[in-house]
Amino acid sequence: MQNIPLEYYLGLSAVLFTIGTVGVLTRRNAIIIFMSIEIMLNSVNLTFIGFASYFGDTVGQIFVFFVMAVAAAEAAIGLAIVLALFRLKQTVYVDEVNLLKW
Amino acid sequence: MNLYYILFGILSILAIASALVTVTSRHPVKSAMALVVHFFMLAGLYLSLDAQFVAVMQIIVYAGAIMVLVVFVIMLLNLGSEEIDRQQYQLKQFGGIVLSATFGLALLNAFLLNAKEPHFFPVHPVAFTTAQAIGQELFTNYLVQFEAIGILLTAAIIGAVTLAKRKLI
Repeated sequence: MQNIPLEYYLGLSAVLFTIGTVGVLTRRNAIIIFMSIEIMLNSVNLTFIGFASYFGDTVGQIFVFFVMAVAAAEAAIGLAIVLALFRLKQTVYVDEVNLLKW
Repeated sequence: MNLYYILFGILSILAIASALVTVTSRHPVKSAMALVVHFFMLAGLYLSLDAQFVAVMQIIVYAGAIMVLVVFVIMLLNLGSEEIDRQQYQLKQFGGIVLSATFGLALLNAFLLNAKEPHFFPVHPVAFTTAQAIGQELFTNYLVQFEAIGILLTAAIIGAVTLAKRKLI
């Protein structure tokens, strides 16, 4: 897309990353926190793709590939932890879990 | 005002709106559905940046695999709507919003305000976004990293089974 400046994509990615940060910092439900992390990862991917398109370089897309693979691994492990936590404490609200807090 | 701007506007507004719904919704299933919309909008944005391979991968991996996993866990845990947060928690929420807004302003400042003139996308003669180009790069210069990702995913699968299983044997 030759007509839209790169800054638009970067600004959109910044806004999405901020929304994801708000979700991580304000929500109590572990699964929604988890989805907010996915939003943040995706906004970083958008920046990678924008710069890859701008510089005409394939490496940006390779990095997106790696980020997606790590996100998939994180999804599997994170949801397994949520399941194990629910089995132990019958809750998914992070403020009710304070085993490591004093 | 041309078609590109209209397309970008629709995609970005829908992406921001669905992200907001994901973050603010009280019901996890509503959040998950909004997140699917968000992933599709981002795939559209990738297409507008000529990244066809990544756009398809976005839909298959994120909207397909990861969201199925999330919805499955929501179903397993039988989660309903969240109750209204307690007073003591609302102060923390306010602090979180202030912190992330500051961070977002810093990001926007770094991305937008320092640019003297807009950077338009140059025309690149070589096809660098095709699956062929990505595969070429992935299996030559990034082969070690690619194999390491395979090991990481195997470890993640084994870890997930170990964590989620009640008794291993």
